[in-house]
Amino acid sequence: MATQSDSQIQDQAGGLAPSAAPGKPVRGRGVALRRLTGALQAMRDDPRLICGLVLVGLVLMAIFAPLIAPYPPLKYNPAAIAQPPSPEHWFGTDALGRDQWSRVIYGARISLAVGVGAILLGGLVGSALGVIAGYARGRVDQGISIISDALLAFPSLILALAIAAALGSGVVNVVIALAIVRIPIYVRLARGQTFQVRSLDYVTASRGVGTPTWRILARHIFPNIFSAILVQATLSISFAILDESVLSFLGLGAQPPTPEWGTMISDAQPYLTGGTDPWMILGPALAITVTVLALNLFGDALRDRLDPRTAGRISSASLSSLAQE
Amino acid sequence: MATFMARRLLTMIPVALLVSFVTFMIIHLIPGDPARVLLGESATPETVAALHHQLGLDKPLLVQYFLWLGDALHGDLGQSLQLAQPVMQAILQRLPITLELGVISLIVSVALAIPLGVLAAARRTTAIDWWINVTSLIGTAIPNFVLGLILILFLAVIIRAFPPGGYVPFTQDPIENLHRLVLPVITLAAGAVAGNMRQIRASMIEVLNQDYIRTARAKGLSRGRVYFVHALRNALLPFLTIVGLQAGAILGGAVVIETIFLWPGVGLLAVQSILSKDYPVVQGIVLLSALSYMLVNLLVDVSYGVLDPRINLSSGS
Repeated sequence: MATQSDSQIQDQAGGLAPSAAPGKPVRGRGVALRRLTGALQAMRDDPRLICGLVLVGLVLMAIFAPLIAPYPPLKYNPAAIAQPPSPEHWFGTDALGRDQWSRVIYGARISLAVGVGAILLGGLVGSALGVIAGYARGRVDQGISIISDALLAFPSLILALAIAAALGSGVVNVVIALAIVRIPIYVRLARGQTFQVRSLDYVTASRGVGTPTWRILARHIFPNIFSAILVQATLSISFAILDESVLSFLGLGAQPPTPEWGTMISDAQPYLTGGTDPWMILGPALAITVTVLALNLFGDALRDRLDPRTAGRISSASLSSLAQE
Repeated sequence: MATFMARRLLTMIPVALLVSFVTFMIIHLIPGDPARVLLGESATPETVAALHHQLGLDKPLLVQYFLWLGDALHGDLGQSLQLAQPVMQAILQRLPITLELGVISLIVSVALAIPLGVLAAARRTTAIDWWINVTSLIGTAIPNFVLGLILILFLAVIIRAFPPGGYVPFTQDPIENLHRLVLPVITLAAGAVAGNMRQIRASMIEVLNQDYIRTARAKGLSRGRVYFVHALRNALLPFLTIVGLQAGAILGGAVVIETIFLWPGVGLLAVQSILSKDYPVVQGIVLLSALSYMLVNLLVDVSYGVLDPRINLSSGS
């Protein structure tokens, strides 16, 4: 189980090599080996892709939190209140004696889930609307574009704050708020890309022979614009995680006692400004910074590999395998 | 130029109307009866009905919207539920305080980002470039509220060089006002500097590879003149869009920074109103920030034409 999910995550994070066909173990092993050497080669070419491993580590940390965390994240310990970092408590303990390292590990679940969830939701809705606008043109395009322009006119964090405030605090509402403010980015991207692809000869030919519109969209348009959307998505997960931490810091996200990085920093604030236990923010602050840094570097590297101007460096097979994932 | 401005303002009208509609709808996102949620479970039916009436919730949705819009166009954004003053007055009172923080942060970030970006591009692939890049990468990854707290810890709690927060009006004590401005400005500007620097570096490198730069160098012009007069002017164009977007980020960032440093501007008001469920104030802040953000981006578009004569604004290109 562990190895399978490991390779699946590798696929999503750094898998620029062709994907294996399920149910064919012998051939599958060969493909897996080739994929591994391909990934190692890619990392040697561009060390930023190593951040993919950091991200895989973070995802594994979130999934296997109960196995990794040395203490239960919610367990009060009156004997160990506000302790500085030590071999027993790597990031110290909080005001209730809870182990900060264990809470950071569990906190990865919420931050990663909210970041990925918001981008998935916003990206799916936005890309679908963008493809429809770019393909249909005319009034449909005008209608969708003006709504997306209106959403873009808001400073995103302020709109997200207002939506989250109206929906009420909670993780799911934060996902919805962060997804809504990101929809227009994907509408614009997908619309622009669809404009380019729809006028290509083979799309015109496909329309000419009477292929149904949904099939053209699914088979010709979407696979061609997918890599651009994937790069945008990778780069914006970090922004979503940052925004999520802000919302939680302000009290709109996960509610206590749930371990969450932004909330942990908010809890630690009085001990820092009071000058008594400033190291209390160390764990959650490092966790956010490392996650965002790894996502940014990996996203940059992915963009350079998939950018149309530099795409020649990777084979079309790798691109199409990415498009199918 | 005037035609361009007029045309842009005209195209802004439908977007602004939609912006106002989205803002108006925020209060209707509240699950259940907004008046009941605002007043709490213990409210009597009479007080709920009275708030319904005050918020206009007892009318059909579109009627509510047009009444709200009509009032908003007259500068009336309703009455605050917590502050016992009109929303517009509450915002306008705090606006100068936020503007002081925002504008100075924007100026500081641009003033630092341009020379650092040019330096990184000019010394490309050297240790200076590497350091500038690494700093900017880490700068964009640290959340601004964490940076603010770290600055408070080192510069206000340990060294005691600056107060940890609070505000003194400029008219009352100019020196103390600026003294208290330092930490919030560094916090707000840091993220912007990190992002802007990379943008300037990237567009400078692109411009520096062009033929006219080689010609300028071949003419024997000084390095500084080539970089700052010939190259920077063209490299600044894509940067302008970023500054426009940055204005939005600074508006959003001010919310967090003002909360940490207890800076009593619109951002702090936004957080206080959100936490106390004062939705008319939240709506007012969201609407005004969106409109001012739109205006900043219009100014950015206009300044394109001023900086680059190749862009002919009057033909609408």
